[in-house]
Amino acid sequence: MDALVLAQSGSFFRDRSGDNSCVANNGICPRWAIDHFDRYVHPFFQHLELVLISTGAGFLVAFALAIAAHRRRWLVGPVTQVTGILYTIPSLAAFFLLLPLTGRGNLTAIIALASYTLLIFFRNVMAGLDGVPEEARDAGRGMGFTDRQLLWRVELPLALPAILAGLRIALTTTVGLAALAFYAGAGGLGEALASQKDFQTNIVLAGGLCVVMAAGLDALVLVAQRLLTPWSKARTA
Amino acid sequence: MVEGEDRMIVPAFLGDLGDALDFIFHERVGRGGAQIGGSQVLDLTVTHLELTLAAMAIAMVVGLPIGIWLGHARKGSFVAVTVANIGRAVPSIGIVFLFFAVLGAGFVNIMLALVLLAIPPILTNAYTGVREVDPEVVDAARGMGLTGAGIVRRIELPLALPLIFGGIKISMVNVIATATLGPEGGVVTLGDPIINPSTYGNAGRLGGALVVAALAVAAEVGLSAVQRAVTPEGLKSAGRARARRIRFPVTKRKVAPTS
Repeated sequence: MDALVLAQSGSFFRDRSGDNSCVANNGICPRWAIDHFDRYVHPFFQHLELVLISTGAGFLVAFALAIAAHRRRWLVGPVTQVTGILYTIPSLAAFFLLLPLTGRGNLTAIIALASYTLLIFFRNVMAGLDGVPEEARDAGRGMGFTDRQLLWRVELPLALPAILAGLRIALTTTVGLAALAFYAGAGGLGEALASQKDFQTNIVLAGGLCVVMAAGLDALVLVAQRLLTPWSKARTA
Repeated sequence: MVEGEDRMIVPAFLGDLGDALDFIFHERVGRGGAQIGGSQVLDLTVTHLELTLAAMAIAMVVGLPIGIWLGHARKGSFVAVTVANIGRAVPSIGIVFLFFAVLGAGFVNIMLALVLLAIPPILTNAYTGVREVDPEVVDAARGMGLTGAGIVRRIELPLALPLIFGGIKISMVNVIATATLGPEGGVVTLGDPIINPSTYGNAGRLGGALVVAALAVAAEVGLSAVQRAVTPEGLKSAGRARARRIRFPVTKRKVAPTS
């Protein structure tokens, strides 16, 4: 049994059977982490790529749906229900439900992860648009804006804080879920986690990198929000 | 094996999906010679639910009192928000593997990992639910002679129930999803056909994924119904009024509708 486990984990890490006693005792070994950090660079960027592509794709689809539902109110119910079901299906199951259609690889992982973000984005864009004060719309109309101009110049800028709040939730959640993407053959930090799942240093390092990525992306959106919506500074501070 | 008649039930044109359904409902012999599918899927489902419910029970016993107490005392918003944010950023598979690496394989060890994942939504929702109760309502109750425990039991809890059940629902769906990783820590749940295709083949993989997805959707739909049932009548009509306002924005002056 032990031999089998070792043989399976050989795909990512050759071995940890050095004379280092910390590693032999399966402890948390900073020395090992520093020496082997280069092994995590590729999975890290693979992970980041998965997160950015699937969140971006999810945002585009959800944004289009929200704009459509903003004009045609009857769409809100059905879209919420369908995206709600997609949100509920565990991503691990989604990978394998997609397998007969899209096969193993990045595409399967991206579709599953993107479909998971739809509900988050849709709800937040709708909440943002619904929260636009009627007075602001009236003012825009008074300036002679068409519906399209009203949307892009008045409603969407005012909805931006809510939309960016959705982006923060979607990004942090997707970083966590993308750790499962290796089951679909898409690599990422999950592959590093699973390759030596009984080695504490590996788990803490790879899991920690996920948290660092989530925190970093979250901070970036927060900075973007400060820059894009200077008028909301007073509220967020 | 009475394969002949049994397999007629699943139409052949369904292809991969048909094979997966066949796996769920009929026993067959796996690649390692083990008996898989059919009643064995039922066994996997039972283990899956045992793991889920045990973790949920402990998470509720721990998370609900803390959340309700913090909300009642109207303090500790920093704790609640931090727990929620960290809970979202830590990958579930990382927690499962961490417990496996530190404690080893076993039902209790994996269950503890799931407890840790289940607590944040339960705690923060209970906190928010109790915290958001209108202070004037609490004052009125105090004026009527209710004291601390009475206010919690008769005023704050009923009003907070929808959000509390919302948190339980989020955790439940999440735990059902993560219990799929059980086989990584030696607990043979519905994740077994998904994670070990060498024994189960593609039909098992797809079949396992279908059952897990169905469980999650069933939990979501079921708990949503419970959530609606426990919502006090007063809150329901207030919620409807609010929803109507958002859906059909009332404009005070006569203007052309935006959309």
